[in-house]
Amino acid sequence: MSQPQPTDWRRIAADGIWNNNVVLGQALALCPLLAVTATATNGLGLGLASTLVMTLSGVLVALVRSLVTPEVRIPVFILVIAVLVTLVDLAMNAWLHDLHKVLGLFIPLIVTNCAILGRAESFASRNPVLPSAFDGLMMGIGFTLVLVALGAVREIIGSATLFADASLLLGESMAFLELTLIPDYPGFLLAILPPGGFLALGFMLAGKRLIDTRRARIRARGATAAPV
Amino acid sequence: MNTLAEPSYRARVGYQAGLLGGFALLAAALLVMGDIATRDTIALREAEDLKATLTQVIPAELHDNDLLEATVPLVDDAGRTVTVYRALRDGTVSALAFPVVGKGYAGEIRLMLGVDPEGRILGVRVIAHSETPGLGDKIELAKDDWILDFDGRALGDPPAARWAVAKDGGDFDQFSGATITPRAVVRAVRAGLERFAAERSRLIVAPDRLDTAEE
Repeated sequence: MSQPQPTDWRRIAADGIWNNNVVLGQALALCPLLAVTATATNGLGLGLASTLVMTLSGVLVALVRSLVTPEVRIPVFILVIAVLVTLVDLAMNAWLHDLHKVLGLFIPLIVTNCAILGRAESFASRNPVLPSAFDGLMMGIGFTLVLVALGAVREIIGSATLFADASLLLGESMAFLELTLIPDYPGFLLAILPPGGFLALGFMLAGKRLIDTRRARIRARGATAAPV
Repeated sequence: MNTLAEPSYRARVGYQAGLLGGFALLAAALLVMGDIATRDTIALREAEDLKATLTQVIPAELHDNDLLEATVPLVDDAGRTVTVYRALRDGTVSALAFPVVGKGYAGEIRLMLGVDPEGRILGVRVIAHSETPGLGDKIELAKDDWILDFDGRALGDPPAARWAVAKDGGDFDQFSGATITPRAVVRAVRAGLERFAAERSRLIVAPDRLDTAEE
């Protein structure tokens, strides 16, 4: 980098949400992903918590990046992330206690979410504060979207409900989100168990590949039709 | 990274050690502040959770005290000390509740067992478990009313040989597809009752008389 390039906000957003999506593009963070997405609400909860940690860790890492030498950067970043996650865990336990009872087990797992250290290392340690925060936010939103989509698919197939217990997470005003699609549905256990998560994730990964291939083909055709 | 422009002190071990130490210190300070800011609220929430479970196994009309106050320790079969919560009415023990642990299909099943002073079950509720969703989780009252089968039972009712799931010749149903989970719950409840029976004379002494009764 000889010259500071202007920040390409659109590119950061597109990378985070689609092109380089934490799950669909980088295939990271699969452990918490598969563990919590039995329902869409759980997915949303973990997604929001991860997004918060990712954005804040982006800010903090970008702030200290000029102080930190390459030799000790990894322990420093891990320390920053671990402190953030612990604080989020404590805050959720105190003020979002019912949600914490559902997600509590998975919050400490955010520390091991390699996507967060990955973004700290590959983006926030090389960019100023604002783009780093934006990158963390977009990566988090991308992660949340996948979590919610996967949770929704597994919840609909597994128990024919959608956003069950959403009022625990979002407050009573959002209780209208809780849908029961088929009353007295016997349940399809496979979708709720981890194998169902792997299956659904496999279809989502394949879907992204399909769409990307098709878009690339269209772009290639456009390029040959109108050469510059 | 642009290593040429870096000042030389950054390459020293002292700078790196100081940096790491400084961050560790800062992290510790932040965690202490976070802990202080949330400790009381978390303790309050956990007390509320506990009370919510206790009120499910001890009917409200049985007591006029705060269930979290008149406690007494009990050493369970595994050598762990658990807290027995006691309901008092007019100064006498009217009901007791204590946690019991069963070894389920996928880890511990933690239960709260409520009994009257004679050792008859007032209620059993699951506090935490990691059983298979859709199969073993029928032990939760929210999923199935199986757990209510214990209400009114005691040691000797049914007789000891039938304190088991139907598959083992007992009086309690299992679920289709899941035997290990209900078996674990039945065993844990039975063990809890036996423990209670063994220590009953100590446990049912009301707290104001306990000081003289203890040792």
